[in-house]
Amino acid sequence: MNVLGQQLVNGLFIGGMYSLFAVGYTLVFGVLDILNLAHAAVFTMGGLAALWLVQSAGLSIWAAFPLATLLAGVLGLLVNQVAFVPLRRRPDTYFSGLISSIAMAIIFEALAMQIFGAHNVRFPAGTVPVVIWRLGGITITLLQVEILATVVLLMVTLTQLLKRARIGKAIRAVAENQRAARLLGINVDGVIAFTFFLSSALGGAAGILFGLYFDSLSPDMGRPIELKGLAVIVLGGMGSVPGAILGGLAFGLSEVLTVAISGTSNLRDAVAFTMLFAIMLLRPSGILGKGRTREA
Amino acid sequence: MLLEFQVVSRNFGGVRALDEVSFRVEEGQIHGLIGPNGAGKTTLLNALSGLMPPSGGAVLLRGKPIQGLPPHRVAALGVARTFQNIRLFETMTCLENVLAGQHLVARRPLWPRLLMLPSHRREEALWREKAMAVLELVGLRERAEVPANSLSYGERRRLEIARALASEPRLLLLDEPVAGMRAESIAKVAEVARKLAAGGMTILLIEHNMNFVMGLCDRITVLNFGRTITTGLPKEVSCHPEVVEAYLGAEVCLA
Amino acid sequence: MDLITHLYAVYGSVLNFMGINALLALSLYVTLSSGLLSLGNAAFAGIGGYVAGILTTKLGAPYLVSLGAGTLAAGLAGMLLGLPVLRLRGVFLAMATLAFGEVVRIAALNLEITGGAMGLIGLPVKTNTWIIYLALAAAAYLVARMARSRLGWALTSIREDETAAAAMGVNLTLTKTIAFTLGAGLAGLAGALYAHLNFLITPGEFGFSVAVNLLMYNIVGGYRVWYGPLLGAALLTALPELLRALGVTAGPLRLGINGLILLLVILFLPKGLADLFHRRGDPATAPAQAAPAKG
Repeated sequence: MNVLGQQLVNGLFIGGMYSLFAVGYTLVFGVLDILNLAHAAVFTMGGLAALWLVQSAGLSIWAAFPLATLLAGVLGLLVNQVAFVPLRRRPDTYFSGLISSIAMAIIFEALAMQIFGAHNVRFPAGTVPVVIWRLGGITITLLQVEILATVVLLMVTLTQLLKRARIGKAIRAVAENQRAARLLGINVDGVIAFTFFLSSALGGAAGILFGLYFDSLSPDMGRPIELKGLAVIVLGGMGSVPGAILGGLAFGLSEVLTVAISGTSNLRDAVAFTMLFAIMLLRPSGILGKGRTREA
Repeated sequence: MLLEFQVVSRNFGGVRALDEVSFRVEEGQIHGLIGPNGAGKTTLLNALSGLMPPSGGAVLLRGKPIQGLPPHRVAALGVARTFQNIRLFETMTCLENVLAGQHLVARRPLWPRLLMLPSHRREEALWREKAMAVLELVGLRERAEVPANSLSYGERRRLEIARALASEPRLLLLDEPVAGMRAESIAKVAEVARKLAAGGMTILLIEHNMNFVMGLCDRITVLNFGRTITTGLPKEVSCHPEVVEAYLGAEVCLA
Repeated sequence: MDLITHLYAVYGSVLNFMGINALLALSLYVTLSSGLLSLGNAAFAGIGGYVAGILTTKLGAPYLVSLGAGTLAAGLAGMLLGLPVLRLRGVFLAMATLAFGEVVRIAALNLEITGGAMGLIGLPVKTNTWIIYLALAAAAYLVARMARSRLGWALTSIREDETAAAAMGVNLTLTKTIAFTLGAGLAGLAGALYAHLNFLITPGEFGFSVAVNLLMYNIVGGYRVWYGPLLGAALLTALPELLRALGVTAGPLRLGINGLILLLVILFLPKGLADLFHRRGDPATAPAQAAPAKG
């Protein structure tokens, strides 16, 4: 029973990080109807930037975290400017945007390799103090608590921002109907750029937490999570923020439980992707999506 | 009679976009469909061409019900159409648009092509000639090699008509064929429509330009709020009290 | 002659990969030509590869029979997948096929008959450069000749405007299913050829990144004429070797140049490399021009 409980707790933490990553992904899709495939590379850059700030600049993780998150946001602006803005008026933006964002991802990965080498690196020991609690046979570390607190804090901030702040309302207006938003006097290009900033900052934050949690970072660490992130936003309903949060948790839990029950990591993704496939057949708009899945 | 709508209805949520619409279209005639914006004209055309099946009633083509058939089956029965918001194959040239429009009539089998038999060259030349003839008819022969997305607005409307004609239809549906056009272009479209009708084709068209409709159509049906107000000759329709009140205003009465 | 033998000894395997990748790119081209974005073609290649490989190793089937069976099995899988997913549009179709691809990969990873994570081992090496390029030439010929057939026009019409295509008589479901099936079959053939090239195949060789590569070949090469994907596949497969020959060794620089070239092609050659060669002739390949003028 405690083994299962432990797995549930682990799944919650991992799922929380997936949510954070996926929320950024889905935000851009919600606004632009475009997948930004550089998102995973920004995730990696966020993690590595935090590592550099801690290791080489000697900052504490508390200072490094917001700085690296900000930097990831700036990378998002760059991705928008280089990979998406020039394509906006082309008829095949959708296909070409996929590829231009992949090109950005490759360039980021090359940069990361140049700076950090191709091997795995880790945060110096003691970056986050090792504190362990045991609650009825379930182990929880300080790091895990901090991760979950960060995820919750960021999610609540984002939700409030979208709901109440002026810029949040503008984002929702642009997502709803770009032309109408423009007529209302909203600076659509600015809103799109800000969405990229926000999305990438969240992705970068997820990368830092990931690096801390798994105690390992590498230039290609974004690759596995890229596919999972896609799965999560589809599960939750493309473009839906609460959907991405729920989808992330569901994905994290299903992953951990599948391994626990089957006893082999080969099946780790089986349940999640089978579920994804089934959802695409039965309810393609996702769990919380309301969507134009069958129109252009 | 070629086409008959029998108490055709269509609901969108709680809104009744078409409310028991009934009228007939005679073979070889140009039949106008008029009414204020939102009267249900395009919805009726969509119900007929299978893009949006009616929720109730029947659409009879030569006496056979066709409501609920998918668009390609309706097209195969000899119904072709244009769209209010012009749907061309933008990156294709004018000629290619018309060649693509021959889908229902040109067989273009793959095997002779794979074996490079001479027959397919003959076939290709034949269909190309037919396509050029259609372009000639709408006055776009000289523009054959120009991509659709660099045509002028009036040319785009005419190209869409040409593409619809390429399938050699018996019934042609035109959704606002002269909207936003200059006078010369409008006259050209009217002339094309007359030529087609003289050749035995039936045309059902939606249009807001009253001079065009009144001058061209053999019969006219008026819709308002999804209902048929009246069907009749242009001068009957234009003086119908409900029409005058609901739509046209007294000064258009032709009688 | 000596020089050629020498070059082949050095670059033969790159040549083989170029051919296989070109065939895979062509398989995606067929689906893309009707506007459908499939991320499942890598998985179809996997199905073709595993079916052919299993027939060869477990049943001792002759090479050509295995190739044919792999092609057919993948085509059949494409048809079965196509029926439910082809009503989805754009990114949703991409996601459904992506999920399908992952399910196939995970199945190969866990089934006994596919050899699990270790892969299918002990495949006889039967495929050679000649066979690859013969298959590629045949497939390219088929696809090129198809362009102006009834099916080809229907596919292009759907890509350009689905509603208009349906209204002029194109059976959307049938046409898309044919495109999907044909694409899957070609991918299966490529997979079956690949299975007999290298002693073994593993599930990872047919994953998401391969599916994305195929899309890259098409976008970089241009997906509006049949030779676009071939150009894209040839360039991107040979690029690492070209860079090596220019003295850029493996590592970040080569990766970076790869990404940069990709970006530059997308930004400055919107119709792909094929546009450099192509003038007129095939349908729907006219250069896009300014928005229509009102008048």
